[in-house]
Amino acid sequence: MQTNNGQDYNFAFLDEGSKREIRRAILHAIAIAGYQVPFGSRELPIGRGWGTGGIQLTMSLIGPHDRLKVIDQGNDDSVNAVSIKRLLQATTGVETTTDTAQADIIQSRHRIPEEPLRADQVLVLQVPTPEPLRSVDAHEEVTRQLHADAEYTGIWVNLFEQLLTRGSPFRGADHPVTVDGRYVMNPSPIPRYDNPKLHEAQCLYLFGAGREKKIYAVPPHTSVVSLAFDDHPFRQEDMSGRKCRLCGAENVYFDEIFDPQTGERFYQCSDTGYCLKRRNAQQDNKEESHG
Amino acid sequence: MGYVAVTGGQEAIDASIELLKEYRSGGDAPVEIAVLRNRMGLLIDRIMSEAGLYAPDYAALALKQCEGSPEEAVFLLRAYRSTLPRNYTSHTVRGDDMHIRRRISSAFKDIPGGQILGPSYDYVHRLLNFDLIREDETQLKRWRSDFAEKAAQSGAVSLDDQAPRVLDLLREEGLLEVVEEDVSEPCDVTMEKLPLPAPRSAILQTLTRADTGFISGLAYSDIRGFGMSHPTIGELRYGSLEIEVDYPLAEGESWYVGDIFVTEVEGLMGTRAGGEGIGVGYGCVIGRNDTKAIAMSVLDHALTLSIDSPTSDMEFVLLHGDCLEMNGFISHLKLPHYVTFQSKLDSLRMRKRSLEQNADK
Repeated sequence: MQTNNGQDYNFAFLDEGSKREIRRAILHAIAIAGYQVPFGSRELPIGRGWGTGGIQLTMSLIGPHDRLKVIDQGNDDSVNAVSIKRLLQATTGVETTTDTAQADIIQSRHRIPEEPLRADQVLVLQVPTPEPLRSVDAHEEVTRQLHADAEYTGIWVNLFEQLLTRGSPFRGADHPVTVDGRYVMNPSPIPRYDNPKLHEAQCLYLFGAGREKKIYAVPPHTSVVSLAFDDHPFRQEDMSGRKCRLCGAENVYFDEIFDPQTGERFYQCSDTGYCLKRRNAQQDNKEESHG
Repeated sequence: MGYVAVTGGQEAIDASIELLKEYRSGGDAPVEIAVLRNRMGLLIDRIMSEAGLYAPDYAALALKQCEGSPEEAVFLLRAYRSTLPRNYTSHTVRGDDMHIRRRISSAFKDIPGGQILGPSYDYVHRLLNFDLIREDETQLKRWRSDFAEKAAQSGAVSLDDQAPRVLDLLREEGLLEVVEEDVSEPCDVTMEKLPLPAPRSAILQTLTRADTGFISGLAYSDIRGFGMSHPTIGELRYGSLEIEVDYPLAEGESWYVGDIFVTEVEGLMGTRAGGEGIGVGYGCVIGRNDTKAIAMSVLDHALTLSIDSPTSDMEFVLLHGDCLEMNGFISHLKLPHYVTFQSKLDSLRMRKRSLEQNADK
């Protein structure tokens, strides 16, 4: 494969041995939902902490006929999404799309698309901090043992302390979940708004942490429950009363935008592919009704 | 198809990359790879050491490509390394077989084989040499050929380029801590996630690839008082080692594939509480880098102690010194965090509302 540098690289950059090893870790992760599988994370031409776990998953899964979508914060055109897409395109030659429904593999940072995913689709999420118990103990050796023992008192106490000191037991994004009634897992820094999409989904969710060298998965039709207390039930971010200024969507996750001139505040779909699709449909409808 | 959203990510990246080329190519003189390789040797050594890839020409190329940023150059080499299949495992190399260019001991004045200062900045007065602003290259060439001649003449009296280890003297006398020999298959942290607690092979590999500044700072904190080490350098040697692999066509035969230059240190770290014999810390790094090798030996030993010191906390030391990992994660903070920040704002607004409601009551 010739990259735009004119240099020879293997299809999807990594050598086949590395890709096979990563696929083995993926199978392991699918077999034990929510369990963090360690793997020999490879160095990539993109920075560690910039999505290298997700990229390695995508690289090891992608075939020449797959169609790829990459988003960052829901945005197809965000600088890092573009950079990742370019690397994957340059080393595989695959087609890319912004349309969620058209994609075979979707790599994402911080969002799950608004459109529900199908059984034939894979969502690859980039993970900065895979260990939900890191705040309980800084040491990997300790947290691994806690997971093995299903000893999750520490994280419950943390959430309770947070409730007492800050009035809410919920982390902003990356609010932990229990997967398949067994492992507590960080869903990656998706907003709580997206947490319910993990539950009993049609698609496969894969999570890759390149710097922390871990892979984990939520297979289709798996129970995923956000941690919450009986008297403080799980609550998503409040997006009520907001409307996308471009497509008019309501009840989706919004970016908040300020107009520096007027000081006015706007809302816009965080999922740009979804927003674009709605606008195109509106345009088509308009053309049809006029034509 | 009607509407196309453009938010500028693509264009911004293109323009930024173009601007980088402008920054990289300033001035009138080109940067020749050979110049970097031959005259920025210590920088090349540092890049190779932190990249874990012995490739001086590619290190020079990397430096040319990234305006001489060590962080970026290491990054380039590491990424390139990921694309290479690993066909061979080299045979174990013994530091005893080193062809020595420099060798010192601060434990003993007279050591078998002698002390060789070699090329060292240790005793140079660090005064800016303004003559180098207009260095005459032809004069320099002449000086070099004179020097080569002088070296050839004194060759007959030069010391043997191999020498026994200083520590063997102490070992024979039974003064060193007795450690069991570990003959287990070494772990390769580039092929698997660092196992914890880490076996010694993984500790040494992680330390030798670590950022020079990181492990120097940690070792400094250790010897200054946050740790327990009181090192004396038993031996520091710099020189070349011959690397061999199995000859693929004949069983049991070796194939010489080249030399690598390394700095190796054996530090005498004092006696362990309740123990007998002097503990030893080991450091070995690619290239000419005394400080990193010594720092590595300090940390190697500190990690065997069960004391409440940051340098004896294995995960603290081993998980935070990788050039790519630390710089990658710090720099990722520059990425947009709109979604997560929106979520944070939601919590804050919620909190504010509930406080206001309580106040109204």
